[in-house]
Amino acid sequence: MNQANLDNKTNADPKTNLDRREFLTKSSIGLAGLAIAPGMITNKVRWGMLIDNNQCETGCNDCVTACNTENGLAPATKPTDAQWIRKVQLRDTLTDRVSSLPMMCQHCEHPPCVDVCPTQASFKRADGIVLVDKHICIGCRYCVMACPYQARSFVHEVLTDQKTEVPRGKGTVESCTLCVHRVDKGETTACAEACSKAGHNAILFGDLNDPESAIAKRIRSVASTQIRADLGLNTGVRYEGI
Amino acid sequence: MKMAIRLTAILFSVMIAATASAADKPHSIPLDIGKGGKCVEEPMEMRKIHMNLLKHQRDETMHKGIRGQKHSLADCVECHAGKETNNVLGSDKAFCQGCHTYAAVKLDCFECHTSKRKVPAEARK
Repeated sequence: MNQANLDNKTNADPKTNLDRREFLTKSSIGLAGLAIAPGMITNKVRWGMLIDNNQCETGCNDCVTACNTENGLAPATKPTDAQWIRKVQLRDTLTDRVSSLPMMCQHCEHPPCVDVCPTQASFKRADGIVLVDKHICIGCRYCVMACPYQARSFVHEVLTDQKTEVPRGKGTVESCTLCVHRVDKGETTACAEACSKAGHNAILFGDLNDPESAIAKRIRSVASTQIRADLGLNTGVRYEGI
Repeated sequence: MKMAIRLTAILFSVMIAATASAADKPHSIPLDIGKGGKCVEEPMEMRKIHMNLLKHQRDETMHKGIRGQKHSLADCVECHAGKETNNVLGSDKAFCQGCHTYAAVKLDCFECHTSKRKVPAEARK
């Protein structure tokens, strides 16, 4: 009796009588809707930075200090100490112009560190941030060798007192994360914040893909360049005035 | 008949109470568990599958940038760090170390992640 009722009901309402193909189509649509959950990153965004070499003051180290504080790094004293951002001094031998710029992971579109990683620990997020998944990093340091910007460091010794948002540990490789924990909260990077605070405004952080963002407008209007553009890596960090 | 129904009801309630008390029974190791009771899942479930929940959450956070979900390691530490030590490690009474020592299971999380509560309990009050 119950079975008969059920059959009648399904026949009467064709909407509920899903065949297998229909069911799969509908459930996949449902899943696609779920995939865009809040907080999830997309490739519609590409985070990047524009560094104005003319505004960057020689001798100022505020971005490096801010990076160390934010990420719980001790200031580098030995060559083997981890360093996520460093100041590089440039001197033009013809004009004697001395300038400096911050150098860090350039968050390439085609990162060599990702190409060489044997465990896929080095990876690029959908929004263009290049990271190391330390859970699967085996510490082989191929990526350290592959990076043309010498942006990666290896942690040689046991660490204590890490920051909650920035786990770091012995035996893994690390580099600038573009302050991913801050970016996910909608904030800017620590270096850019420190640079503005010091009044230099040399570091501009933003979404390169959004035509209305300050960074996209600026790279449209002024000449900027990538360091080692010849490698065709399409870096997310660009420089002007060098 | 009424009596029989009443007796059955009493029997059932006693049985439910007995199961509940078995689940709520404190763990045999004396642990300083910070905030006790049900946190994100039932304690019995958590004892069995917390590692799976953590591993799932870790990949979601690392690769998809999904932060602040209920199964994050940071939240484990935040609630369950010792009331005085503010740490989930450091002694055999500490929440993570106590149980892992008892079960002789190596605990790797805190080689990289901090085992300390971000804001000490006193300061939060």
